[in-house]
Amino acid sequence: MKEELFVSGRNIPNIDPYLNIWHWQIPSYLFLGGLAAGILFFAGIFTIMGKENKMATTVKIAPMFTPFALMLGLFLLFLDLKHKMWFWQLYTTIRLESPMGWGAWVLMIMTPISIIWSASYLTEIFPNWDWKFKFLKTFEAWIIKNRILIAWPMTIYAVILGIYTGILLSAFNARPLWNTSILGPLFLVSGMSTGAAVILLLSKDHKERKIMSRIDILLIIIELFFITHLFMGFKAGSEAQINAVNLFLGGSFTAPFFTFVVILGLLLPALLEVLELRGFKVPVVIPAILILAGGLIFRFLIVEAGQITRYLY
Amino acid sequence: MRYAMALDTRKCVGCSDCVVACQTENNVPLGFCRDWVKEVVDGTYPNVSIELRSERCNHCANSPCVRCCPTGASHFEEGGIVLVEHNKCIGCGACIESCPYEARYSHPDGYVDKCTFCIHRVREGLDPACASVCPTKCIYFGDIDDPNSRIVNILKNRKFKSLAPEAGTKPQIFYLL
Repeated sequence: MKEELFVSGRNIPNIDPYLNIWHWQIPSYLFLGGLAAGILFFAGIFTIMGKENKMATTVKIAPMFTPFALMLGLFLLFLDLKHKMWFWQLYTTIRLESPMGWGAWVLMIMTPISIIWSASYLTEIFPNWDWKFKFLKTFEAWIIKNRILIAWPMTIYAVILGIYTGILLSAFNARPLWNTSILGPLFLVSGMSTGAAVILLLSKDHKERKIMSRIDILLIIIELFFITHLFMGFKAGSEAQINAVNLFLGGSFTAPFFTFVVILGLLLPALLEVLELRGFKVPVVIPAILILAGGLIFRFLIVEAGQITRYLY
Repeated sequence: MRYAMALDTRKCVGCSDCVVACQTENNVPLGFCRDWVKEVVDGTYPNVSIELRSERCNHCANSPCVRCCPTGASHFEEGGIVLVEHNKCIGCGACIESCPYEARYSHPDGYVDKCTFCIHRVREGLDPACASVCPTKCIYFGDIDDPNSRIVNILKNRKFKSLAPEAGTKPQIFYLL
């Protein structure tokens, strides 16, 4: 039996008995980032495919929520900082080795793109909208003419943003639960799924909803596949990794993870969407809300559990 | 030049003098500490072994905290000492997450704080506070690039280990066994 104890006494706030330095702000920020990335990805890809009129909600209406989601996300990141008045130094330094650093930069690029994209559809969605100034009108006309040109970087940056939400965590070697390369793709797919859920909530077009439902089912299947892979990889790993994954396979995170994320957040909404596609009447609100709640809880659990896991020495 | 520390786990009695000396020397706020003493008990009575370790920042040569810092506040000083520049630190907590040794903490003033190897003393040619007060003289501090230094001599003649070398951080604190 091996037992460790601090003979000098040690009870540092948020560090002992286990690390808890990132609270609700970071998982919420990751959720909003992933959600915005998902929406903007679909908006971009359907524009590139020339389907902006068939997928009107996806391309024109849903992106209008993304500037708010991204700005709220950035604000939450700001709230997380403990030396707040120095926050601007995030944007006076470029440190490519730091995921936190380049994540802040990706958001700084993505937010203006999302604003420009949403603004270019304002006059189409709200016919009474008036830009008042002539230069804004000229700018709008130019954007509308060159949407494809913006759609490409927007789609690519959406993927980067989605993956980044996972890489922010997976770059930490010291936290065995996070330190896996599958976390980036897993967060990307989960973010896309939550983005699709928002589109499902907003769309009134039956055909569009059918397409997004199908995409969402596929995303959920991929997500379940990634989660299985994540656990399998850990189970075959070192002692620190096995201890990490045991939090979810028998440990204190098992019940919330399998209840809220796997069953209520993935399996049930997938089943409801399949039933709806088969012709059963299922209010679309139910699977969409379940997916959104599942995605949020998933991030909370991973951030919380990851901080508990550590190297053993 | 590469500063390092060797701690003799067989001479340490776990008195925690190093901890108090550090807190006094560096004005560490109440309830916090930059170093701490851990007792690791292995086995069951009567076959028990005890290891006493005074732990602190490992001033890793491949520091994850320096790598993940978004503003460059965490940086290397002369001799590989890892320092945090308070006015550059935004308190994002990334370095705290990245440390496998849980050596960093969030100072009540907002920035992140940790062991500095008492760089202000080292620059004057003195030992860090913890090493200078140790009653059993079990803490050796010095330059491991200097073949004539006491620490190199000790590491040559004793078995030693570092903590979690599998984390790939190349820690520079060595525990003599």
